[in-house]
Amino acid sequence: MTEKRNIAIIGAGIAGQEAASVLAGLGYKVTLLEKQERMGGMLNKWSKLFPDFSSSQQILDTVQVSANKNLSVICNADISSITKENGRFELSDNSSLKVYADLVLLATGYNLFDATLKEEYGYGVFENVITSVDFEKVHKSGKKLTTLLGKEPRRVAIIHCVGSRDAKSGNTYCSKVCCITGVKQAIEVTRMWPDCEVFNFYMDLRLYGSKYDSLYLEAQKHHKVQFIRGRLSEISERQDKGLQLKAEDTLQGRPLRMNADIVILLVGMEACEQNADLCRNNTLDLDENRFFKSKNIHYARNISTQPGIFMAGSCICPMSVNETLESSRSAAFLVDKSFRSVQVEE
Amino acid sequence: MMKNSQVTVTKEIADDNYFYLRSCIRQNFFPGAEKVFLDILKNKLGKNIIDNANHISCTGIGYHSDIVPYETYQAMVARQFALMTEQGLKNAAVSCITSYGGYNEVMKTWKEFPEEEAKARKNLKNATGRRFEIPENISHSCDIIYKFRHDIAELAQYKLINKQTGKPLRIVDHIGCHYAKIFPEKGIGGAEQNTVLSAIVEAWGGQSVDYPERRHCCGFGFRHYLVKNNRSYSISNSKKKFESMEPYCPDMIITNCPGCNMFLDKWQYALAKIEGKTYSGDKNGIPVLSYEELAGLVLGYNPWDIGLQMHQVDVEPLLKKMRFDYNPDEKYLDAGGKFMGQPEFTGCLP
Repeated sequence: MTEKRNIAIIGAGIAGQEAASVLAGLGYKVTLLEKQERMGGMLNKWSKLFPDFSSSQQILDTVQVSANKNLSVICNADISSITKENGRFELSDNSSLKVYADLVLLATGYNLFDATLKEEYGYGVFENVITSVDFEKVHKSGKKLTTLLGKEPRRVAIIHCVGSRDAKSGNTYCSKVCCITGVKQAIEVTRMWPDCEVFNFYMDLRLYGSKYDSLYLEAQKHHKVQFIRGRLSEISERQDKGLQLKAEDTLQGRPLRMNADIVILLVGMEACEQNADLCRNNTLDLDENRFFKSKNIHYARNISTQPGIFMAGSCICPMSVNETLESSRSAAFLVDKSFRSVQVEE
Repeated sequence: MMKNSQVTVTKEIADDNYFYLRSCIRQNFFPGAEKVFLDILKNKLGKNIIDNANHISCTGIGYHSDIVPYETYQAMVARQFALMTEQGLKNAAVSCITSYGGYNEVMKTWKEFPEEEAKARKNLKNATGRRFEIPENISHSCDIIYKFRHDIAELAQYKLINKQTGKPLRIVDHIGCHYAKIFPEKGIGGAEQNTVLSAIVEAWGGQSVDYPERRHCCGFGFRHYLVKNNRSYSISNSKKKFESMEPYCPDMIITNCPGCNMFLDKWQYALAKIEGKTYSGDKNGIPVLSYEELAGLVLGYNPWDIGLQMHQVDVEPLLKKMRFDYNPDEKYLDAGGKFMGQPEFTGCLP
């Protein structure tokens, strides 16, 4: 029966690919739709993963799917509409592409917060202010992080919660993975430049995962990373293109002014802008953070508010890589279960 | 060069028919500034701007010092608007940054809480019998100079060039806190990377120079200055700014706030008295001009007619850099040509 069932998966990041792999393996006809030229999604931008510094490429290679008799992959397919007619879903992009499916799995992932919106941090204005994604790009290239003038940084500041837990940015939720990313990147900076001082400015460290706390301790004990509890108020550029930071050290209860050669902004995860388009012609709904709303946050996390549409990965909420993969398998299981229950009824 | 903001903040600035709302500090400490602003608008740009003698202080200093209640403040704003309505005008041109922030605060209050507007209307009616219409546009007078900066550049007799070196004058700016820090959408370029003054400087040939403490308060801070015991806090803020701009060797400071203009000008003298040093590399200090005064110079107004001799830090070194055609002997003559007395010395150190 399974080979007669068509499933469309929107998004071929690791969530979409993992779910596609499971469902195609079960014999369903899966169409995987990716808006970019190539699969892999946001993980393509990452170099190493927390907490073990394993290669993101290794994960990409592991989940990589290829077309087979049960799986077709369509790239450059920016799906903007999902409608349901006569019991089938019709997915279309802004051109002539139309895909029909019995069930749909959303794996659209997330967007990165646009750091230029935090004007006071000067991203895009001061060249030595970079984002965590820019840092990953440098790391992935195999080069060392240097200042704009190509010099070894003597001091690097890493700023947590840029575009997360911040009403001014319109994102009051926690992006969850930034704290541990900040710890990871702090260690990576000290591995590049052992004499470089690294300061992490945080609100509170939300290190929720297995082995995350031990990485935090390692950063302090073995890499001399200093953690300052305080939110940055502004960054200014000095005459030598170095940066001046103003913050408050909330543990000491004192304002703080510091110079740094490079600042890394840990940009948060945001819901994709296309989510709103995908909700237009059906009963899909978004939550207060603009991610897809689950039918029930506890027992139906992967089930959307539109019957027949499921969800996987960080289109539901910010997730780490391992959570994303677990979420995908869970979604695939629920899709299979859904078909089977229909089959029993038939 | 000044970096441009990544966030585009554009605002509507009326292009004619203004009702001018003066600044207490500007007209007392730099009396030529408002005069030259009115003259530029009327006689150089051909605009209609009404300067109504019946309008009063916005009471902003009292309001921000918790002396004037907000209800009273709203009634004051209502009265200013009533005068504007009576003259058939709908565009406010505000000279003072404190007032500008205050008018915007009241407008926002009335939008969010219509009952407050109704109360202000009632209070105004009871007290004066007047009624008012909400302005269509409220712009700060620096916004208006910004809007017409290219027109002024076309009329300019002088460029902001150091004729001794042939290079653009290096100008640091200071934006008054209440211009855009309260309502970022009300300031050109927003709160953080404001460009209203840097765009003016660059349009007239100068070089706008960034410096780390550009966004820091000038030190006025209302109660920080007004309460005598807090004045060291006030002056330490000004010191922080001067220390920050010193390495860039600016030829002048441009401001858009009357209070900031006064503080950055006169606190240089106070700091010189306290510390025996200036931040300009000479005894004079860094000249501080408002955008109207700078527009006046660019357009070739006699510096003494626009009150530049009233500044603590002497502007003559700046005039010499520009090779400005002026008569130093007229510096302390009043409008009737009579000698009006002069300070023991100009600048910050004798």
